Amino acid sequence: MSEDRDGRTPTPPDGGRARRPSYGQVRRDRIDALATAGTVDDEPGVSLIRSAWKRLRRNPIFLLGAAITLAFIVLAIISPWIAPWDVTARPLLDQVRPQTNPVPGPEPGHLLGGDDRGRDLFSRLLVGSRQTLIVGVFATLFGLAGGITLGTVAGAIGGWVDSLVMRIVDVMLSVPSLLLAFTIASLARSPSQWTLIVAIAVIQVPIFARLLRGSMLAQRGSDHVLAARSLGVRPRAIVFRHMLPNSLGPVIVQATLSLAVAIIDAAALSFLGLGNPDQRQPEWGQMLGLAQKYISEAPHLAFYPAGCIIVVALGFTLMGESLREALDPKTRR
Amino acid sequence: MIRFVVRRLLQMCVVVLVLSMLVFAWLRSLPGGPVSAILGERQTPERRAALEAALGLDQPLPVQYLKFLERALQGNFGVSTKVLPGEDALQVFLDRLPATIELSFVAMVLAIALGIPLGYLAARRRGSVIDNGAVIFSLVGIAVPVFFTAFLLKYFFAVEWNLLPVSGRQSTGLDATRITGMFVLDGILTREWDAAWDAIKHLILPAVALATIPFAVIFRITRAAVLDVLDEDYVRTAEAKGLTTRVIRARHVLRNAMLPVVTTIGLQIGGLLAGAVLTETVFSFRGVGDALATAFRDKDYPVLQVLILAAAVIYVLVNLLVDIAYAVIDPRIRTR
Amino acid sequence: MTQAQATRHPRGASEPLLSVRDLRVTFQRQGDAAFKAVDGVSFDVRPGQTVGLVGESGCGKSVTSLAIMGLLPERGNTVEGKAVFDGEDLLTLSPSAMRDRRGAEIAMIFQDPLSSLNPVITIGRQVTEVMERHQGLSRKQATPKARDLLERVGIPDPKARLVNYPHQLSGGMRQRALIAMALACNPRLLIADEPTTALDVTIQAQILALLKELVVDTGTALVMITHDLGVVAGLCDEVNVLYGGKVVERGGRHGLFKRPRHPYTVGLLNSIPRLDAPLGEKLDPVPGSVADNLPWASACAFAPRCSQVVDACTSHTPEWEGDHVVGHRCFNPMGGTP
Repeated sequence: MSEDRDGRTPTPPDGGRARRPSYGQVRRDRIDALATAGTVDDEPGVSLIRSAWKRLRRNPIFLLGAAITLAFIVLAIISPWIAPWDVTARPLLDQVRPQTNPVPGPEPGHLLGGDDRGRDLFSRLLVGSRQTLIVGVFATLFGLAGGITLGTVAGAIGGWVDSLVMRIVDVMLSVPSLLLAFTIASLARSPSQWTLIVAIAVIQVPIFARLLRGSMLAQRGSDHVLAARSLGVRPRAIVFRHMLPNSLGPVIVQATLSLAVAIIDAAALSFLGLGNPDQRQPEWGQMLGLAQKYISEAPHLAFYPAGCIIVVALGFTLMGESLREALDPKTRR
Repeated sequence: MIRFVVRRLLQMCVVVLVLSMLVFAWLRSLPGGPVSAILGERQTPERRAALEAALGLDQPLPVQYLKFLERALQGNFGVSTKVLPGEDALQVFLDRLPATIELSFVAMVLAIALGIPLGYLAARRRGSVIDNGAVIFSLVGIAVPVFFTAFLLKYFFAVEWNLLPVSGRQSTGLDATRITGMFVLDGILTREWDAAWDAIKHLILPAVALATIPFAVIFRITRAAVLDVLDEDYVRTAEAKGLTTRVIRARHVLRNAMLPVVTTIGLQIGGLLAGAVLTETVFSFRGVGDALATAFRDKDYPVLQVLILAAAVIYVLVNLLVDIAYAVIDPRIRTR
Repeated sequence: MTQAQATRHPRGASEPLLSVRDLRVTFQRQGDAAFKAVDGVSFDVRPGQTVGLVGESGCGKSVTSLAIMGLLPERGNTVEGKAVFDGEDLLTLSPSAMRDRRGAEIAMIFQDPLSSLNPVITIGRQVTEVMERHQGLSRKQATPKARDLLERVGIPDPKARLVNYPHQLSGGMRQRALIAMALACNPRLLIADEPTTALDVTIQAQILALLKELVVDTGTALVMITHDLGVVAGLCDEVNVLYGGKVVERGGRHGLFKRPRHPYTVGLLNSIPRLDAPLGEKLDPVPGSVADNLPWASACAFAPRCSQVVDACTSHTPEWEGDHVVGHRCFNPMGGTP
């Protein structure tokens, strides 16, 4: 069984590339390429980020992505204070006619009109950014925490621990991630925003674990780690002071890309009714799911939240992809 | 080559076994446990107790797992509670399968037929308008949730312009003979051309929506792979031999560039099922994905059990096919 | 010059087969300053002759060969000057006309045999496709010829090797297969770009011996590109030493080794460890690197690394002293100005 053979002698992150195509190979390759991207030149992570920043400052794609991201984060934080209406108030209730006019249109004071319960759509969109950000950020943070722990343990200890952890990680990577998220979310007795966060965090764990482990392996033989070792620095100090900071670049890139995926996947879960059913906490995916009913009468009910999701996801993606390019020595030429 | 396939098949069995353990673990951790999984959550305590005894839940976990495995091998997964109440869960899956196979097949053909040529073209004309346009399109394509793509298509082509049917797999009142359950194929086999055309019309929008994600990914991978291969020394060697552009492209560039693309296609076929869950929901397309969505939402555990195990088996089979395709293209794997 | 070659080229041995004149290659990448990789190189190759282009990496020797072959990427490069082959300027030929010559009249052998062979196509197919293209043979007709070619370049069991893939061959065998592909259509000019650099030392010697033998047997002219003066000594009739994109010295093999004029040539010669030197004598490498170069436009590029530097070296461009057979480009050559 090739699984066993590989388990005993872990291949280096760049080894055996063309030779063993199997489940998740492409995803694995992408992660591994990123893992080794920032760590080749034996510089501390901080200066690598600084040199990448120099290239990025003049990259319009990065600037566009960063501007979208920044605007989104600021909006998500201040939205409860700038939203003209409370998200639970129903100022347009008297205009809702289930038969003739289920969704009130725009009017002065209600920029985008209302929804099917007479609530102000614009205010709900604004405040919805908050839930979307919370789900995206927490899911990515938890995924990151889990992945860093697993990846660092595997990469730093090596041996059978490494084999075991990576076997699990590879199986998880091989399953379509959205399907895995659906399955995990279905375990919740009563779904809430935490269902979303946990389900999406779990599918991020293997990505970060493999990333960290690849980066650790790449560094284990590098000059600055060998130097620290020969000076008698304790292994734990080497891992935390020398190896982890050096993996910072790739982790930031992956986290940015993961945020985009988290937001899209969260929307998909909400859309299927596996997310937060509480309409007092509006969320774009949830709004989009509720809007399906009114496709012929009021498609704009779906267009606005979907537009928001797309723009924000695109912002994170553009930023992440240009960061990846800036860090990748292959695309630097 | 045969030894290679046999070895892979054996590996696949192990993977399926591991996956069945995961499904078992998932069943055990469901709210209410496996009894609810089979009976549904609202049942009398007597029936619960009876089933618990029958399932041997007092026995150690490995024994329970073996019993689970035994039932699974007999195709006994229980009775659907929500998707088609009262129907055998395995039968629900088998009834729904042809629709999803038809849909996924068309979507994948679309994605491949557009993604590979466009990716190749973009790489050949790197930095051109075509290239930049296609790259931006594929980036946006990945950022757009697939169910919103479906929603948009449905809104414009079905609701607004009334060009194609809004939902379902066939028009109401159409009386067509069914053989395979794949409606387009059935129409062709029975020469009921109007039925085939009707099925095609129902298939177009869901298939296009479902194709967007694999298309975007295949396009990007093809483009990157062709760019990589164009930089390879052996392409320069081919040029130095004075070979015609056509031969260089077909024999030297495309064949090597296909290696990562084939793997990607396999990966995307697995991902299609997740996309089908969303697309079929939007179009009320009665396939496995639609059943999965209902089962997930309403916690129809017997059906979920079948569908997830089946998804795992299908996924593993697809990977086997990809591995074989890979070995056919790449002699470094075959002749090792 | 053997009798055979004289009959093959009735115009006589003095008429050059390839005549490169004032070749200039400029790289211009977006946002970066233009870089002159080849800066006015001229040399001749006569039928049956072996000419060496020698220099360290970055001196423009590989770019020169790729420019002659028309294999430089179209984007970001400008090629000027002339490369007259058999009466035609290769640099002005249409791409399709150039395609007809490549592999048939002019062939090339590359540095790294593994990456230069297509990993997913059999060795046999990679040899036959040249003949299919240029000699109008079918694959079936070309296969026995391919077998003969593999045998001629010293590959044992050539019939079995035809259906092998590159990864199944050793490094030396791969390079032999590449040579077989280059020779498939009996080219009149062969360009070898560091053909032995990626190989083990013992294999290097075998490949060089093979090349020498083939050149003599077929009368093919050979341009040998190398950084290794040892290769030149064993193989080349004429040597061009390149530095910073210009030819800085040229001469016959014997003349150049016995009486080098340019300090850079001397430096290269001194960098070779000699067995007959007294034990403990230090090697005398050329100090610095090409990164220290001055622009040729107003100085001698080699001046910062030169042991013989005089005032003129940093203020004027040294002109070529000599002709198409022997000469140098130096204000203060070894052995004094004549």
